[in-house]
Amino acid sequence: MSLETSDNHNDLSGSVGLVKPQKVVIEQPLKLACGVTLPSHTLAYETYGSLNKDNTNAILICHALSGNHHAAGFYQDDTKPGWWDQYIGPGKPIDSNRFYIVCVNNIGSCFGSTGPTSENPQTGQPFGADFPPLRARDWVESQKLLMEHLNIDCWAAVVGGSLGGMQAMRWSLEHPEKLQHAVVIASAMKLTAQNIAFNEIARKAIKSDADFCDGNYLQHNKIPHRGLALARMIGHVTYLSDELMGQKFGRDLKAGDLLQGKTEPVEFQIESYLNYQGDKFSDFFDANSYILITKMLDYFDLAREYDHDPVAAFKHATCKFLVISFSSDWRFSPARSREITDALIAAGKNVSYIAIDSDHGHDAFLLPNQRYQQALGDYLSKLAEKIEDAQ
Amino acid sequence: MKHNIDFIEQWIEPGSRVLDVGCGDGSVLGSLRDQRNVLGYGLEIDPESISSCLEKGVNVIEQDLNKGLNNFTDQSFDTVLMTHTLQALRYPHLVLDEILRIGGKGIVTFPNFGNWRTRAYLSLRGRMPVTKQLTYQWYDTPNIHFFTYADFEALCKERNITILHRQFLANGFPDRLLKSVWPNLFTETAVYHLSR
Repeated sequence: MSLETSDNHNDLSGSVGLVKPQKVVIEQPLKLACGVTLPSHTLAYETYGSLNKDNTNAILICHALSGNHHAAGFYQDDTKPGWWDQYIGPGKPIDSNRFYIVCVNNIGSCFGSTGPTSENPQTGQPFGADFPPLRARDWVESQKLLMEHLNIDCWAAVVGGSLGGMQAMRWSLEHPEKLQHAVVIASAMKLTAQNIAFNEIARKAIKSDADFCDGNYLQHNKIPHRGLALARMIGHVTYLSDELMGQKFGRDLKAGDLLQGKTEPVEFQIESYLNYQGDKFSDFFDANSYILITKMLDYFDLAREYDHDPVAAFKHATCKFLVISFSSDWRFSPARSREITDALIAAGKNVSYIAIDSDHGHDAFLLPNQRYQQALGDYLSKLAEKIEDAQ
Repeated sequence: MKHNIDFIEQWIEPGSRVLDVGCGDGSVLGSLRDQRNVLGYGLEIDPESISSCLEKGVNVIEQDLNKGLNNFTDQSFDTVLMTHTLQALRYPHLVLDEILRIGGKGIVTFPNFGNWRTRAYLSLRGRMPVTKQLTYQWYDTPNIHFFTYADFEALCKERNITILHRQFLANGFPDRLLKSVWPNLFTETAVYHLSR
């Protein structure tokens, strides 16, 4: 793919290079699904690439449970790029040479946008557990306010994996005229009982930590590290596949050995890995945000207000869809993606469905995979071509 | 050998719903979309073919036909199209039933094994035919059923399938001149428009 339009030499590596987060205070009141109105709210976001003269090449990236606005490129002095750097950049499937890419940290999260750690103007204290409950549609409405701030009238595409895919689908029903394509990756129209069960175990783990203080831990200068780490460990297991864990860790030992006659404790590699992941997560994620967003996932039901009929729901959409699933994803299995696809076909909507072979479980949507990159790239490159022809 | 089947456009209502079962690179669906404004979907499992569909902006659904078409409801399409795939499926007769369950009408194309070249190859050389139409060796061919158009018509009769139209195609010489005189001997590809 051509890099000629790029004038930044860093781009040759396929990276958007150094990026800086931006912040905007949306002064317009946002009425949430629960009835509460946020009089104003702050959004942290990043953009990559440039908007064309007709403002028609903007792509919105929707993050999932623990994601944020730093989807691609590097911060100064950082060695790790954004969470979707494999897919966003010059010459990459979501090509920053051709698209203007917007990724926003959603409200209720904890990376700079208004959320449980923000100050509640009514009390002068952090919202904590009092932050109003959210639905995916609230994220969509907030994203729409950012869209207006950026002078974008219609997204070329709204793209997201997992909870991100749910936002893309919600966009297609709530504001059909505001997007041309929805790319729904490793997602579902609603969570299964098993999904909700895992989320509840995670929430219970957080609430069981004595430092949780009923959600008001910040006021007590405490952080429920142990509970949040445990919640993440549970979640993490569900994002990987049995095969992958077997390949990556097997029964390898990190410490001790299993010979008889030894008393020192044994630590399996998988134990060490999960503990590390849990601890790392509890250092940067907010426990109330975790509770809030897992509940948002549980409550999501695309067709609830359409008589529980997904076909009737999707009749409201006018955009085209790309649906992608991963074979070993058991959290949002390929069957869930097929349900989305079949409902779209029955509703007479344009849709393509790609079933990627991968042993990376649910996490596959974040990881490099040749076929996945190819399919997403082919689809979006056709879209870019169409936009460029119209210029 | 690839035959031009653009004439099937006249069998397809403008603006109708078309399912192309085994859609390959999506060129048939792409031209039906452009010429007849159909809402079309193709089923395919080959990654390269799927990529070609995406590049054309043709709707493609990754689905293995041998695992059935249960996910499609009765009469949910106006036309179900299957080009050069019937001979490669485990149970062609059941797939034909499925085509006419899902679609009001079906369009099916297949290589005619009654063509004189295949007959001559088998009878004179005593080996399974490898021709321009059937390019594989017996051990690696995806074409696991060989049949002539006469066999196909007998099957249609047996299963109460109505033949609305049929077209016999041949590119080679003398086939294209003689196919109307002795169709089973000179047809390379048979194209059928079916209903029940």
